[in-house]
Amino acid sequence: MLKVRNLEVSYGPIRALKGISFEVKEGEIVTLIGANGAGKSTTLRTISNLLKPKGGSITFLNKDLLSVPACDLVKKGIVHVPEGRIIFGPLTVQENLELATWGRKDKVAIQDDLNKVYDLFPILKERKNQLGETLSGGEQQMLALGRGLMARAKLMLLDEPSMGLAPLLVRDIFRVIKQANNEGTTILLVEQNAHLALEIAHRAYVLETGNITLDGPASEIAKNPKVIKAYLG
Amino acid sequence: MDNKQSLESTKHNRLAYDRSINWKKYVVIAVIILFFLLLYISSFGVQAFLQQLVNGIQLGSIYALIALGYTMIYGIIKLINFAHGDLFMFGAYMSYFLGNYLIAHHFKSPFIIVLIFSMAVTALLGMTIEKIAYKPLRFKPRLAALITALGVSLFLENFFALPPAEVPFPLNKIVFGPHFLPFPPLIADKTYNLAGISVNNIKILDVLVTIILMILLQYIVKKTMLGKAMRAVAFNKDACLMMGINIDNIISITFGIGTALAAAAGTLFALTYGQLQSPYLGIWPGLKAFIAAVLGGIGSIPGAMLGGYLMGISETFATSINSNFGYGIAFIILIVVLIFKPAGLLGKFDKEKV
Ligand SMILES: Nc1ncnc2c1ncn2[C@@H]1O[C@H](COP(=O)(O)OP(=O)(O)OP(=O)(O)O)[C@@H](O)[C@H]1O
Ligand SMILES: [Mg+2]
Repeated sequence: MLKVRNLEVSYGPIRALKGISFEVKEGEIVTLIGANGAGKSTTLRTISNLLKPKGGSITFLNKDLLSVPACDLVKKGIVHVPEGRIIFGPLTVQENLELATWGRKDKVAIQDDLNKVYDLFPILKERKNQLGETLSGGEQQMLALGRGLMARAKLMLLDEPSMGLAPLLVRDIFRVIKQANNEGTTILLVEQNAHLALEIAHRAYVLETGNITLDGPASEIAKNPKVIKAYLG
Repeated sequence: MDNKQSLESTKHNRLAYDRSINWKKYVVIAVIILFFLLLYISSFGVQAFLQQLVNGIQLGSIYALIALGYTMIYGIIKLINFAHGDLFMFGAYMSYFLGNYLIAHHFKSPFIIVLIFSMAVTALLGMTIEKIAYKPLRFKPRLAALITALGVSLFLENFFALPPAEVPFPLNKIVFGPHFLPFPPLIADKTYNLAGISVNNIKILDVLVTIILMILLQYIVKKTMLGKAMRAVAFNKDACLMMGINIDNIISITFGIGTALAAAAGTLFALTYGQLQSPYLGIWPGLKAFIAAVLGGIGSIPGAMLGGYLMGISETFATSINSNFGYGIAFIILIVVLIFKPAGLLGKFDKEKV
C-alpha cells in the first residue's frame, strides 16, 4: 500500500533520515520504533508532504505521493495524527471533529462517524461544546485520535498517540487503534511505548539515528535481545 | 506528576485572581463613562446628547465594517493589511460608476444591486492583491509583508489618482482621477424629525446594512464549515493541511470577505456624505478603523465591532465639543486602553505556537 524507498531528509546540515526504505501492506499495523530524535516524526511528516525529501521515493497504492500537495492527502486516503495533541484550541470539541470531514458530502455517514467517536470516547461527548484548549492533555489526545478516525482514511499515520497518558488510558487508545485496524484501516504507528506497539502490530521497523537497523514480524522484534535492552528493558 | 499538578493549581489561582481584578476595573470604567455622560448632558442637554449618539452609531457602523476586515485578515495571516483603507476607497468608486450608470438608465433606487456589485468586484481585487503581493511572502519574516502592504496602499492611492487625460489609452479607462466627484443618490434622501432629533434615512440604512452584514459574518464564522476552517487556519496551518483543508483557498476567501466588508463600508460612507473627495479618501477612515480593531483586540471579531462603535461614538462626541479634538480622540482612547489592556478590549495574547 505504502512504499518508501531510500528516503533522505535533511534539516539544513542535519541529516535526519539517511536513506530509509520500508513498506506498509494493506490491512496491517506497522510500527516504527526508535529513540528520541531517531527520525520517526520526520518520516511521517515527509509522507504527509509537510517536508520535502532530498532523495528517494514514496508511493501510495502504486502512485507517486511526493507530488501530491499536503492538503490533498486526505482525499487520497491518508490521514496524519501528529505528535503533541495538535488540536484546534479555539474550536469546540465537536467543531474539531467536524473539520476532519472537510470535503466529505455524505452527511448521514458523517453523523454516524461522529456518534462512533463519541461511543469510543464518552468523555468527548460530555465535552462536545467545550473549547479544545480547555481539555486535559489526555482528552486532547483522544480528540486528536477521534479526528483521525473521522477522516475515514485508508491509511492512518499515528505519531505517539499514547504520549503522556496514564496507563489505563494508554490501553484504551491502543484498543481503539486495534479496532480501527480490524475495521479495515491500515496503520503506521510511531511509538515510544514499544511494549504495547509491538503487541498490537503485525510488523515492526527499528529506526536509529536516521537508519533502519532492524525489521521483521513484531513478535520476533519483541524477542530480539538488542531491542529488549534498548526499548523494552 | 507533582509538577504538573502544581502548575495546574497556580493556573487556577491566577484565573480567580484575574476575575476579581476585572470586576473592579469594569466598575471604575463604568463610573468614568457615566461621569462624562452626565457632564455632557448637563452642558449640552439631553437632545444634543441623543443626536450625537445617533450620529456616533452611524459613524461607528462604518468604522466597525472596516475594522472587521483588518481583524479577519490579521487573524488568519497575522498581517496588518495597510491597503485595507484603499480597498474601502475602491469599493466607493465602484459604487459610483455602477450607480451613475444605472441611474442614467432610469433605475430608481439601485442601492442593493450597487452594493452587491461593489462588494464582489472589490473582493476580487482584494483576493488578487493577496495572491500577487502577500502569498509569496507568507513564510518570510513578517516585516516583509507589512512593508509590501504599505507599498500596495501607496500604489492603489497614487495609481487611481492619476488624471485620465494624462495617461495613455487602456489606463485612462481605469484610473479615477484626483478630483472631487458627487456621489449618485442611490436612494432617495429623507430626513425624519423624532422629538427634535433629526435622523436621515441613509444613516438608518448605514446601521441596518452593517448589522445585517455582521449577523451574516457571525453566522459564516460560527456555523458553517468555511467558518470553522477559517478559525482553524488562523490557529494552526500545518494541522489544517493534515485535515485536508486547502489553506490557500481559505486565506483567499477570508481576504475576499474582509475586502467585501470594506467595499460595503466605502459605499455607505460615500452615500452618506454624497461625495468622493479623491482616491486618497480611504486613508483616514482606514487608519481610524485600524485603531478601532486594535482597540477591540486585533484578531477578535466582536472586538472589531465593539472598537468600531466605540471609536465612532467617541469621535462624534469629541467633534461636537471641538472639531480638532475629534481627530485626536482616537489616539487618546487607544493609548488609554492599551495601557490597561495591552491586547485590546476583547483580544487575547497569542500563545506562540511552534
Ligand atoms: N525543524 C527542525 N529543524 C532542525 N532539526 C530538526 C527539526 N525537526 C527535527 N529535527 C532533528 O531531526 C532529528 C529527527 O527528529 P524527529 O522529530 O523526526 O525525531 P523523533 O524520532 O520523532 O523523536 P521523538 O521520539 O523525540 O519524537 C532530530 O535530531 C531533530 O533534532
Ligand atoms: Mg517524534
